[in-house]
Amino acid sequence: MSTTAEATIDVRVWRGGEEGEYQSFAVPRRDSQTVLDVVTWIQRHADPTLAYRFACRVGVCGSCAMTVNGRPRWTCRTHVSKVVEDGRLEIGPLANLPVIRDLAADMTPFFEKWQKAEGTFVPSRTRHEPLESISPESAERQAADAAIECINCGVCYAACDTVRWNPEYFGPAALNRSWSLVNDVRDTANLQRLAAAASNGGCHNCHSHQSCEQLCPKGLNPTASIAGLKRRTMQAYIRGEIA
Amino acid sequence: MSAVRLYVWQRLTAVLMVPLIAVHLIVIIYATNRGLSAAEILGRTQGSVAWGLFYSLFVAAASIHGAIGVRGVAREWLGWRETALNRLMWIFGVVLLVLGLRAVFAVVVP
Repeated sequence: MSTTAEATIDVRVWRGGEEGEYQSFAVPRRDSQTVLDVVTWIQRHADPTLAYRFACRVGVCGSCAMTVNGRPRWTCRTHVSKVVEDGRLEIGPLANLPVIRDLAADMTPFFEKWQKAEGTFVPSRTRHEPLESISPESAERQAADAAIECINCGVCYAACDTVRWNPEYFGPAALNRSWSLVNDVRDTANLQRLAAAASNGGCHNCHSHQSCEQLCPKGLNPTASIAGLKRRTMQAYIRGEIA
Repeated sequence: MSAVRLYVWQRLTAVLMVPLIAVHLIVIIYATNRGLSAAEILGRTQGSVAWGLFYSLFVAAASIHGAIGVRGVAREWLGWRETALNRLMWIFGVVLLVLGLRAVFAVVVP
């Protein structure tokens, strides 16, 4: 490791709940250092009371998202070199969610909205029937696959201007999930799902700012999913299937 | 009023207005370029069923489109409740419709 002994990052970390303040730490700069490494260093070497959330450290679980220099990021796969500004990092909890403490945001509203958007799979077969054979090449399956890699990190939800000003809005992740299921030929709850997508908190709130698409760490495009829901709900409305 | 219903009406009226706006702009440019006087313009519009229908349709589409838009703005910026929003939408739409049709009436009816 070719680290200069004196090189440090000026890190400001949110302390407290909804009310609180940023606290400064000088964290040693390392090669290939991630933002999660920085937070972990602070907890292990500077202040063990710092609260934050992580699990896999490799971009699979989606639990370590935080606000880094004003943008929501998955901290375990965000290199300090990519986001540091003038040697400074400001790390806070995810926006648009209640703060539990320090860097841990309360994800309850995020997942409640998945429920409201009918984001659960409703199978057409029971476990006693044989598995339905779906060709991965079929157009329907490819449409469902386009939105399926979501890891529920909440980055899109925190990035969304519409979520910020409209607490009713389900947000990009829940609607992206809905779109995945709408395209799943094995699912049987599409009319309820489209009705939910057309309700007050649904897809028609989206202003297509595309912050979700720009910041999604998995490279998904929730804006396109929401546009798909707008098309599909319109078709269902014109056919008289939803009101 | 459901979100999808408002969405469909606003999009349909938008699509309808695209050609109407184009014709409207061409008419404005034509009238100003030719230096037509008010009397000359009225001479062409008064008694014209075609212009009457054209602008009545335009006014109807604009009233619906604008009223739904204002409802959306009030919902996002003022946080009004459903009943108040619907009331605002209808009042705004009807006012636009009446004002617009009155103007159409003034230039078309001899």
